[in-house]
Amino acid sequence: MIPELGNLALSLALAVAVVLSLVPLAGSLRGNSAWMTVAHPASMVLLLLLMLAYACLSWAFVTHDFSVLYVANNSHTELPLVYRLTAVWGGHEGSLLLWLVMLGGWTVAVSVFSRALPGVFTARVLAVLGMVCLGFIAFTLFTSNPFERLFPAPAEGTDLNPLLQDPGMVIHPPLLYMGYVGFAVAYALAVAALIGGRLDSAWARWSRPWTTAAWLFLTAGIALGSWWAYYELGWGGWWFWDPVENASFLPWLVGTALIHSLAVTEKRGAFKVWTVLLAISAFALSLLGTFLVRSGVLTSVHAFATDPERGAFLLGFFVLAVGVPLLLYAWRAPRVRSVVSFDLFSRETLMLANNVFLVTAAAAVLLGTLYPLIMDALGQGRISVGPPYFEAVFVPLMLPLLLLVGLGHWVAWKRADAAALARQLWLAFTTAVAFSAILMLWLWGQAGLLVFVGLFMALWIVLSSGLAVFERLRRHGGWRGLRRIPGGFYGMHLAHVGVAVLVVGVTVVSTFETERHVRMMPGDTLEVSGYAFRFDGVREVAGPNFDAIEGVLHVERKGRYVTTLTPQKRYYRVQREPMTQASRHPRPWRDLFTALGEPLGGGAWTLRIHFKPMVHWIWAGAGLMVLGGLLAISDRRYRIRRRSGREGGEPA
Amino acid sequence: MIRAVLPLLLLLMLAGLLWVGLGLDPGRVPSPLIGKPAPAFELPDLERDGETVTEVDISAEGVALFNVWASWCPPCLDEHPLFMALAAREEVPIVGLNYRDQPEAAREWLARHGNPYRRVAADSDGRTGIDWGVYGVPETYVVDGEGIIRYKHVGPIDETILENEIMPLVRELQAGEAP
Repeated sequence: MIPELGNLALSLALAVAVVLSLVPLAGSLRGNSAWMTVAHPASMVLLLLLMLAYACLSWAFVTHDFSVLYVANNSHTELPLVYRLTAVWGGHEGSLLLWLVMLGGWTVAVSVFSRALPGVFTARVLAVLGMVCLGFIAFTLFTSNPFERLFPAPAEGTDLNPLLQDPGMVIHPPLLYMGYVGFAVAYALAVAALIGGRLDSAWARWSRPWTTAAWLFLTAGIALGSWWAYYELGWGGWWFWDPVENASFLPWLVGTALIHSLAVTEKRGAFKVWTVLLAISAFALSLLGTFLVRSGVLTSVHAFATDPERGAFLLGFFVLAVGVPLLLYAWRAPRVRSVVSFDLFSRETLMLANNVFLVTAAAAVLLGTLYPLIMDALGQGRISVGPPYFEAVFVPLMLPLLLLVGLGHWVAWKRADAAALARQLWLAFTTAVAFSAILMLWLWGQAGLLVFVGLFMALWIVLSSGLAVFERLRRHGGWRGLRRIPGGFYGMHLAHVGVAVLVVGVTVVSTFETERHVRMMPGDTLEVSGYAFRFDGVREVAGPNFDAIEGVLHVERKGRYVTTLTPQKRYYRVQREPMTQASRHPRPWRDLFTALGEPLGGGAWTLRIHFKPMVHWIWAGAGLMVLGGLLAISDRRYRIRRRSGREGGEPA
Repeated sequence: MIRAVLPLLLLLMLAGLLWVGLGLDPGRVPSPLIGKPAPAFELPDLERDGETVTEVDISAEGVALFNVWASWCPPCLDEHPLFMALAAREEVPIVGLNYRDQPEAAREWLARHGNPYRRVAADSDGRTGIDWGVYGVPETYVVDGEGIIRYKHVGPIDETILENEIMPLVRELQAGEAP
């Protein structure tokens, strides 16, 4: 009965979503405030129904109800309870349900936190979010119903994909979905502003915390996914330019551009039209990512089970969800004027450059991702361009951007004084050049120019941000000023330092890593980057739902014991799939990464032993960016403005 | 005006592309190289240090398949089981061209997914791929015992292409060679 209850809840949610999409919008157009206020209770009911449906599906997993097709396909009686609960989003149908719950959550958050906004505007925002919900609920119910029954019910399920039985995989998709779905809020705000025809600084200010919130979830999700790929897929890489990774990276790039362009629109009233397009694009790319992953148009390691009917539905939804706002845009944009003027050398110009680099990078990644499809559509066969292309186009676009990261926040709005700027920054700049030059001389012959450039950029960003914080504190009366400086300021600098830390990690690991793929007999020792790995043979171990063979590696450095690593080769009993479980010895400055390969007979095994210097800095940098985002949305400014906004409303 | 509708036009183009993409099957294109001798190359052997593979090695044992692949290419993984099964049948040798790949990653990929290739040439900088007119990966060629390219398929092969196009051609060529 419980699955039927879930199905019912989902069907009711569809009806509520119809109400939420139509009634408040109609009210806002006809000036009927009773209709407009329907939006608030409707969002709440929608969320509750979606949560009920989600709970029902979870219940089916907990109780091993294999009469539900989705449960039978993704669970097993031996699967531990934690993974049964997370298996709810382990497949296509359930992950859509999770996506819906999050969308409902964001909608309610908007309804709760934007009471201070003009009622007409809130009603439109919530109605647009309702339409997005409507599309996804319909998609779930009509093409991917997680409550579909299987008759007769099998006695046993086929188990969750072993790759997904891992803590990293447990939190990676929800964070990613929170990011994807979160951009729906910025999108809804932009569409509502287009409906009203008012692209003012109030709209930009409202959009900022929501965009940053979505962005920080997406950042965390991408970083965790990369971390998971690093230690779980056992390939020792941290980014593969896989279509699904790109699908999450595209909205991230555009979202990052949006965060910066919203700042300009709020502070200076410039780039309005551009900002609105970015807000639509960030969500459009989230939808496109969903389409690419779930339609089977592109092949990838993480593609979901695919089906052309789903693809056609998603494509239709994508065209509607992006096309209608773009029609509105075509109607409204010619009448929107950004009246402000600014000099060639001003923060506006640099922000524009930031946007150009980020959006060009996104376009290049999009082209590379769709290239197989384009060639296929032109009858040239289905092919893949892969990392050589992405690295060739992406790195040159990012280098000037990194230079701007250290420069932009120093440059004044409207008109900047280059001479004064040079006086303030020459020391930071020359220090960065000098340090990286010394490093380059020290590493002469071991590293190329790109290392020098990468480390210079990182140092430059850190010094420039550090100096900015120091100056600001000095002007605000030393340490007492610490609390008076807005969170957004710290947030920005923390996120920029995060970029620097990430750049250091990427630069160092891609230059100095050592990867060895060797055949070892028990007793053999291999020296990798100063560490001696002794292979002590293999032993058998058993896990809850897998059996494993475990290699034992004794690691020493300069004759002193470091650690014992035990990489495993697991055989999951139900899915009969071998999985490598890497064993690592992580330290801030390096990671020792080992994975067990194949048996070669006579006790010999192939082993992979990697030395990855500073690889963790990549994720630490992403972590700092997330913290920066958190600081930025905690900025008091947004709350104070909200209160004053309730009283009088902001001048546009 | 154009500025205002440009985003919409871009969307429609993208949607059109995706719509076509939904209904597509991996295609096949004729190559100017068909009927011509295999372009010459001499590349390091991916698996045997110090040895090289040349175009002569492809057809050393008669008709052979020549497959361009890379470890970074998901479609290559799609077609891989077919090559594994084909290699097990020992009907026709398969020679690989590892295109624009890191040898370490390529060896790892083969260790992980199995190695159907008699020899693998490591074309790390993609020069040989250019000579062969490789659009991307994967691609599969049929080279006869004289070293003449007889067939080319762009994109991953599937069961139908293998059994209806490639294998009949291979058998026909093998029959022609038999003394």
